[in-house]
Amino acid sequence: MNVYDALLRLYPASFRNEYGTEMRAVFKRRRREAAGPLMIAAVWVSTVGEVLGNAALVHLDILRQDLGYSGRVLRRSPGFAITAILMVALGIGATTAAFSVTDFVLIRPLPFPEPSRLVKILERTPGYPGMELSAPNYRDWKAATTSFESMGMYHFDEITLIGAGDPRRLNGTSVSADLFPTLGVAPIIGRTFTIEDDRPGAPGTIILSYRLWQTEFGGDPGVIGRQLTAKADFDDATFTVIGVMPREFHFPKSNSLFWITTRFSEREYQASERTNNWLEAVGRLRRGITPEQAEADLQVIAARLEKEYSRENKDTGALVFSLGQEVSQRSRLLLLALSAAAGCVLLIACANLANLLLARALSRRRELAVRTAIGAGRERLVRQLMTENLLMAGAGGSLGIALAVASVPMLARLVPATLPIAETPSVDLRVLLVAVGLTALTGIAFGLAPVVRIGRRPDLDGLREGARAGGGQKERLRSALVVAEVIASVVLLVSAGLLIRALLTVQAIDPGFRAEGVLTLRTELPMPEYGPVVAREAYYSRVLQDVRALPGVRAAGFISFLPVSSFRGGIWPVSVKGDTDAGQDIRSANNVAAIRFVTPGYFEAMGIPLTRGRDIAEGDTRGRQAVAVVSESFVKRYWPSEDPIGRHFTFAYADREVVGVARNVLFRGLERISEPQVYLSSKQVNDNAIAFYSPKALAIRTSGSPATLGPVIRDIIRRVDPKLPITDMQTLTDMVDLETASRAVQVRVLSAFAAVAFVLAAIGIHGLLSFAVSQRVQEIGVRLALGAQSSDILSMIVWRGVLLAIGGIVPGVLLAYAAGRSMEALLAGVRPTDALTLASAIALTFVMTVLGTLAPTVRALRIDPITALRAE
Amino acid sequence: MVDKHEIDELLPLPPATFHILLAVAEEDRHGYAIIQDVAVRTDGELKLSAGTLYRSIQRMLEQGLLVETRERPAPDEDDERRRYYRITPLGTAVAKAEARRLTQLVRMARARGFVPGRA
Repeated sequence: MNVYDALLRLYPASFRNEYGTEMRAVFKRRRREAAGPLMIAAVWVSTVGEVLGNAALVHLDILRQDLGYSGRVLRRSPGFAITAILMVALGIGATTAAFSVTDFVLIRPLPFPEPSRLVKILERTPGYPGMELSAPNYRDWKAATTSFESMGMYHFDEITLIGAGDPRRLNGTSVSADLFPTLGVAPIIGRTFTIEDDRPGAPGTIILSYRLWQTEFGGDPGVIGRQLTAKADFDDATFTVIGVMPREFHFPKSNSLFWITTRFSEREYQASERTNNWLEAVGRLRRGITPEQAEADLQVIAARLEKEYSRENKDTGALVFSLGQEVSQRSRLLLLALSAAAGCVLLIACANLANLLLARALSRRRELAVRTAIGAGRERLVRQLMTENLLMAGAGGSLGIALAVASVPMLARLVPATLPIAETPSVDLRVLLVAVGLTALTGIAFGLAPVVRIGRRPDLDGLREGARAGGGQKERLRSALVVAEVIASVVLLVSAGLLIRALLTVQAIDPGFRAEGVLTLRTELPMPEYGPVVAREAYYSRVLQDVRALPGVRAAGFISFLPVSSFRGGIWPVSVKGDTDAGQDIRSANNVAAIRFVTPGYFEAMGIPLTRGRDIAEGDTRGRQAVAVVSESFVKRYWPSEDPIGRHFTFAYADREVVGVARNVLFRGLERISEPQVYLSSKQVNDNAIAFYSPKALAIRTSGSPATLGPVIRDIIRRVDPKLPITDMQTLTDMVDLETASRAVQVRVLSAFAAVAFVLAAIGIHGLLSFAVSQRVQEIGVRLALGAQSSDILSMIVWRGVLLAIGGIVPGVLLAYAAGRSMEALLAGVRPTDALTLASAIALTFVMTVLGTLAPTVRALRIDPITALRAE
Repeated sequence: MVDKHEIDELLPLPPATFHILLAVAEEDRHGYAIIQDVAVRTDGELKLSAGTLYRSIQRMLEQGLLVETRERPAPDEDDERRRYYRITPLGTAVAKAEARRLTQLVRMARARGFVPGRA
């Protein structure tokens, strides 16, 4: 019988209380009628099955009933329902969106098998803690190490597709044959590279990204074996398609459209190449080996190589870290700040919801008391209320998830471009589970408030006519919740304020050039046609002549790479006569400069002032003294107190004479330190030499709108050489804006969060005070009747509002300071104690308090003592 | 009078509900008596379980097909603990409507040649 009682426990208590005795009696008779142990066993088996099924059905019946009832209740108070649902939606939406991005970038493992064994391998060179590898060092490390199962290297590459229409330049990656096996990802069709594909002189083979396969070949499954006519950097080439990678495969970045082999020859491995750091490497660790152990292993090898190549490999070490960690400290902080802010919004929303539900519980006390009085069991009431709360939380949660899914693509800028993952975060099952969990938690935690009130004994007070709800304790709880909201919104307002200030600060940084009114673009200059300097110069002069003739164009010039463009390196050793340190130490970070070749007119086009001397001139040709324009930082390094004009230094295989000094340009980016710059004449270089740095980027300054120049410039270049692919056509302003894009997105998101917090906290204050006023109508009536002035009433309510605000502002400012300290790296020098920000946040909080207090105050002032007392 | 719309909303009846209505059609019965009556009428084919019975009864009480009665039959047959159930006018109307629905169904089946015994 005890077993049967236990089974009955599966039914809801209300059902069990009602029918338990009867059911027990039925079961008893049935068992009594069963003859023999076999029959008894049969009765038990069927009973267990029957109870399981029916209990579930009874629960479902109740759920259906409760849902119906809850729906009716919520429909009867739509204002409450809508407010509550919106509150949940905002909280869940903000948190889910923030978590989606954070999860995507920081938490989710990389989409490769056993990603924890994949590491990035870099060199440590003086002044550069994470430098690309040189080819010979890579080869030696790889040959000597025992920590890795396999290792592969790669570098950024481009090809020009020649087919129908304009030639197109595609971004991709050159890889060694062992890269794909190291990553452990198989193609969806075809094969990956073999050693045979990666030999010098091997026929060209290409693996397509899913995206390129779709856009270029319409997803044709028969693409394997097709030939692509393309121009690679140094030769015409035909590539045979051998494979297509899966849609989720992005390597090394999301913008890589294809993979080809490096096909290195011995030339790339000679000793002089040891200072040419341009390769990136990925290794798969042997099982049980940590990145630290692998780094120690490579460090030993590097030390040996340093002895062998003391000049080239001076102070060169190894750096090994998990592939998933290639996220800058800034990106990490950016996302953490975002998540914390979303957490604040959720907290405020929950506090508000709790307050709303508490108030509602008080006003529903009568309804609940009546239902208890007419025999509804506590269990049924609790259950129905929980259903009601979960229904609301569910509606809010679904809306919130929809909000999150819609807004996640807008947060794509917060995904750092350095990771081998897609550009746009996807909302996956994990994120949804977290959102659903949050929703349930919100619903249950705060839905419990009214439930707790239902005592075991009937609530007789609740039945009494005109009973006033709420004791002092309840009010204190509700005030505490509002104070928590104010605290969280102060933190958000201050954080958003600090980040806005930081954004403004970064935007105000002078990049060294004037970005307004400049159109930029890039073309490839294919080899071997453009190997000879004469060929390039002919192209430059024809293009520049036509461009300069356009109405509105003030100046135009070519350069190797524009500042803040996708290539920001090109750091070469400098040696100045008499500077012995520099002559010996070719690897010192102190003796390097960025190399750029320019045509005359570049500085004017970019608005880079020449502070001394002259521009590179048409007459600076081969056969004449090689000249250079250097940056002020270069002068400061070598001739701090002397006139630099006419001085000589050795750079890029030649003796150069300084003819001009230009303003420093932050070519590495607004928030990074840029090395000194050296600008060389595009004519003073040997044929086919240093071709990577041949000027290919064009800058045009116009008095009109630079964007409208585009088509005309395209025509001009097409007329000069129709085979040249034109890429990266954009205004210089856009390029600079891109520098602060992730900041701007973060500021926008955080400001939105702060605005939401602001409104929610105001609603919270409003709700609390309105409720207090409505509960105290009689008291206020009595006071007025006894001669209190309306100013007394006014100060009574306003004072409470002010107390709430102060109670929130003080801890809020302290917390905001802590938050500011922890994201100091993001603040671009703005102090967490920034007075303007703090003052604005505090002022806004008072505005919020006033807004929240306004309506209840007006209401209290309108109380007519006679009406108020009549109700008594 | 009973609303036709109200009746139609309840049709078709779950088999257990229909059988329970039949069982209490003539006299008020308690739970176990209903189970027995159904079993006898169906030659032991349908043996309602306690859970099915009381779940159905709970729903039928809510729908107003049954009422619980305090009038007990002859005292010697009565077990104090038992609850008796009585069919309501709505219950009768619903049972009739269901019977009509089933009859029509059988008639249609016959018209198509589905005659019992000649499978």
